Amino acid sequence: MHADHLLRTWSCILGVATLAIVGEVLIAAAMRRLGDLDLIRERSGLTGTIRAVLSSPLFLAGALCMALNFFAMLFTLSVVDLSLAAPAIGSLTYVGNAAAAKVFLRENVDSRRWLAVLFVCVGVVLLTK
Amino acid sequence: MTHADRFCLTKAFQNMSHRLRPSQYAILVAIMLTASVGDTLLSHGMSQVGPVDLHHLWLLFHALANPFIIAGIVLLIGFFASYMTALSWADLTFVMPSTAFGYVVVALLSRFWLHEHLSIYRWTGILLIVCAVGFVAGGPSRTEHETTQHELDIMDSGAGR
Repeated sequence: MHADHLLRTWSCILGVATLAIVGEVLIAAAMRRLGDLDLIRERSGLTGTIRAVLSSPLFLAGALCMALNFFAMLFTLSVVDLSLAAPAIGSLTYVGNAAAAKVFLRENVDSRRWLAVLFVCVGVVLLTK
Repeated sequence: MTHADRFCLTKAFQNMSHRLRPSQYAILVAIMLTASVGDTLLSHGMSQVGPVDLHHLWLLFHALANPFIIAGIVLLIGFFASYMTALSWADLTFVMPSTAFGYVVVALLSRFWLHEHLSIYRWTGILLIVCAVGFVAGGPSRTEHETTQHELDIMDSGAGR
């Protein structure tokens, strides 16, 4: 019974964090591919920028993941305490995003950025104490 | 123009693009403020609406009439727009820690505006996040991938004009 509860708690937390990571990486990839939005707005106005963003399949897939993440979060909060869910999901998302950005977006995640990710994770956990 | 000249020009262009313009700093500040103030407004609005359980999700529609919830949603739309703008010229691993400063804004708002007590743990958390922002702010904002021949040709045609 206890093991079941533990498994359900951590599958929910991992599920929400994974959806957030996939969504953020897809949206970041879409924005990198589109290029500087400030320049696009200067060239084709606000409507043109919105049209450019909405016609990106990567962005749409990312937005879908973020929407699923929202509902998964609502469900998780109904079975896991907020005091555990919020810091656990926040920290896992930060570390996962850094790893995913290095692998999929080929970002240069140097020791300075890893240290920043680590500090934010510990900071987020401490803020919820 | 020789290939070496083009290489130097590309490098100079890349170094320039690592530095943020004042308007780009303004976008980062907008992300921090809209996310933290938006969440605070939503939380305040939902405390007025009362608890909503999974079997009565339609009660959430009543929440849309609450002015705090409306203001919160407007700010979060602003957050999403600024966040996407930032991702269009900076790395995800640069934007994330910079905007984590929003947590600090919420903590300070709750201390000095709502007069909540902040424990030593929370002050330590604030200090760690401020350090994290300091780490990334000192480095480049964007990873430049190897410039392709096509991009070099475009730069060439611009330089020859």
